[in-house]
Amino acid sequence: MKLRERLVIKLSTNPVKFYQVGSFAVGNRLLSAEDRSIQSDPDRTNALTSGHRACQGCGEALGARYALDAAMRASGEKIIAVNATGCLEVFSTPYPESSWRIPWLHSLFGNAPAVATGVAAALKAQGRTDIRVVGQGGDGATVDIGFGALSGMFERNDDVLYICYDNEAYMNTGVQRSGATPPAARTATTQAVGENPGNVFGQGKNLPRIAMAHEIPYVATATVADLRDLEAKVTKAMSFRGARYIHVLVPCPLGWGSQSCDTIKIARLATQSGLFPVFEAEHGEVVASTPIRKRESVEEYLKLQVRYSHLFSPSRRDDVIDHLQAIADKNIARYNLMSTENEGQ
Amino acid sequence: MEKPFAITLNLNSSLANHTGSWRVEKPEYVHRMPPCNNACPAGENIQNWLYIAEDGSYEAAWRALIEENPFPAIMGRVCYHPCQSVCNRAELDEAVGINSVERFLGDHAIEKGWSIPGPSVESGLKVLIIGAGPAGLSAAYHLRRLGHGVTVRDATHAPGGMMRYGIPKYRLPREVLDAEIARVKDMGVVFEMNTRVDDVHEALNEGFNAVFLAIGAQLSKRAYIPASEAARILDAIKVLHDVEDGNQPLLGRKVVVYGGGNTAMDVARTAKRLGAEEAIIVYRRTRDKAPANDEEITEALEEGILVKWLSTVKHAGDKHLEIEKMALDENGFPQPTGEFETLEADSLILALGQEVDFSLLGNSADLDTKDGTMPVDATMMTSHPGIFAGGDMIPAERTVTTGVGHGKKAARNIDAWLRKTTYEKIENNDLVTFDQLNTWYYTDAPHVVRERLEATRRAKDFSEVVKGLDESNALYEARRCMSCGNCFECDNCFGVCPDNAIIKLGPGNGFEINLDYCKGCGICVSECPSSSIVMVPDK
Repeated sequence: MKLRERLVIKLSTNPVKFYQVGSFAVGNRLLSAEDRSIQSDPDRTNALTSGHRACQGCGEALGARYALDAAMRASGEKIIAVNATGCLEVFSTPYPESSWRIPWLHSLFGNAPAVATGVAAALKAQGRTDIRVVGQGGDGATVDIGFGALSGMFERNDDVLYICYDNEAYMNTGVQRSGATPPAARTATTQAVGENPGNVFGQGKNLPRIAMAHEIPYVATATVADLRDLEAKVTKAMSFRGARYIHVLVPCPLGWGSQSCDTIKIARLATQSGLFPVFEAEHGEVVASTPIRKRESVEEYLKLQVRYSHLFSPSRRDDVIDHLQAIADKNIARYNLMSTENEGQ
Repeated sequence: MEKPFAITLNLNSSLANHTGSWRVEKPEYVHRMPPCNNACPAGENIQNWLYIAEDGSYEAAWRALIEENPFPAIMGRVCYHPCQSVCNRAELDEAVGINSVERFLGDHAIEKGWSIPGPSVESGLKVLIIGAGPAGLSAAYHLRRLGHGVTVRDATHAPGGMMRYGIPKYRLPREVLDAEIARVKDMGVVFEMNTRVDDVHEALNEGFNAVFLAIGAQLSKRAYIPASEAARILDAIKVLHDVEDGNQPLLGRKVVVYGGGNTAMDVARTAKRLGAEEAIIVYRRTRDKAPANDEEITEALEEGILVKWLSTVKHAGDKHLEIEKMALDENGFPQPTGEFETLEADSLILALGQEVDFSLLGNSADLDTKDGTMPVDATMMTSHPGIFAGGDMIPAERTVTTGVGHGKKAARNIDAWLRKTTYEKIENNDLVTFDQLNTWYYTDAPHVVRERLEATRRAKDFSEVVKGLDESNALYEARRCMSCGNCFECDNCFGVCPDNAIIKLGPGNGFEINLDYCKGCGICVSECPSSSIVMVPDK
């Protein structure tokens, strides 16, 4: 408990203000060990180790390691992970090989939250509440297929941290649209054809907000572009009991048609354009958001991805780009992302 | 092994799966050329000593610095820091205050009394250096470190050359100059002051194996100015020299300085300190065309020096000058306008540039000269084998730092010549430009401005105008360095690899790529703040 409390204070309330690299780099030789990120530690858990079969530049592999290493640190290395079906399961554990270096369980595509609930209940029955449970899955398993189970887990306030690695489509099975696929994006099932190419501008299905509507203790969003923020949120989530939810944006070079080296850059542009707001909420209320540091237009984000290339050629679709910009602008207003008061990072 | 129901294979770690075989390109750690190092006339490895200074290892940083330049405390005061003009950080917020950190390290070394050991092995060879200015002293230092016996001869009574007789005390306090020269002397360099060398060739017969000429450019350029007999006209160099020697020149209450270079600024500011009520600089072109360093012009103006831009002196009379106004033509050259004005002046000081005084070389003036300077080859050797030259007397920019650079270059080539080899310069790495850096990771940190002495106070005496940094802000300033092209161990590559394929080797040792698992995605290259990883084809 001591260790956890210390980390919570270090990571969430005292962002490192360092002349040279600020809090944005992973570590720095000039920082004391406890001021560095967990990922800078050569003895980090490496919950997801080398040899996994994720594509080059996979954002999900990165996000999962960031999150679970932080969860391990925060729980005194006592974690059981329950994984839904999806890329993360398939690339990490083609039986009999596994990349997981933590107790890890896979059942079905849609039941990970329910299985996690069961694991938590079993641990409670055994009086082993020191062992914490993390459920995880992609956006398909979370937003679509396992949604009912997840909502139940929230409603019962089961003691599980559920992490969704959102790459905005069913990538494992061949890039089919999911409920989290953004408007105008091309997928295998939303081709760039017709008058309104790509995915429709529907009602959207914003799972962090749905989670907040359950008024569970903690809900947060994060990306692989801000490691320290992600680590702080996982650490903070582990300081609560009950149902918690973290939604992590993880760019997918294969499905998004981006360069493998641009994974972090694209996640950064998603936050700096306002398309992906980074915030945290407690008991249904937003308590903090990460201000935009260098504002970018959505175009900067879109043009690096083939899934949006139909917005630029053969003819430029300003109407669609403007529509996406309007979504970003709405996020900026809603989450106060251009606020100057929490500047100074 | 007993297996559970329906299980036929043993469980394994994915470490058995070497995903490195997917790769077509691999990342490689490199050292690239930061713009500061590239611009330094003395060839300092600036990024390196800033990096060392960043964790407070000042002595190690100072020792790294003096590998190239023995005079950091002097440099930190008189260098025009071309490094800062090209610093990539300028495009982010402001250039790193390299010069102020250099001065801090230099002053700190003097305060702590750090010394430089002499050579461990004596070569038994002797080199004569003529001229104890920046080039000569730098050559003496480097040659001594290389194990050679070094004698420096100079006609003046104290070493330093233009650093003593050209740069006034308020810019370079003599304790600082003396301390840094004393360190060179303590290495075993022999100084023979008040010794004019009349015949360079003679020296080679005297038992010296090589000679380095660094006599500077000490002759003031003259311009034809019609003058009445009572007019008082002086040379800027002579005035500065006299002040240093304690012979206060008679300048009067109103002093006019003719010229727009650094010497003009120095002499005008000196006149003011000697008690002149008014010091006016007359220069034929505009401020932006003036050769003087902009900081020096600013400091002069702050001290109440008046400048008549676009003006020439037409006639010098008794107690007054006739000035003609100029106008720039379409090519930016000043042309006379026929408009005149009279300026009260007790004396006129000419600061119109300097020439090499070859008569100082006496009988050895048979060495080739060209356009008033002495040409040298790529090894700094003159037309005579074994006689090398550098500093203001060869065709190059005339600054202290350039002179120090010449001294170093000459020393390395003299050493090679003495050992009958050639000095192989290490190829420069490719230059890092701003757009190659990932500046997201650097936080905004504007540079620390050095405190300056109050203008009204400083024009009255010769105390130092620009103050140094203290330890806390020197550290802050050093840490603003973005370490262009060289790893500073921020751990980004180690953190951002989706395949855990970066091995952290521990403090000071950097990182290594685990090629068994590196898939060649290139994220480490994209997210490296300092552009010190590149992708190369994997053969």
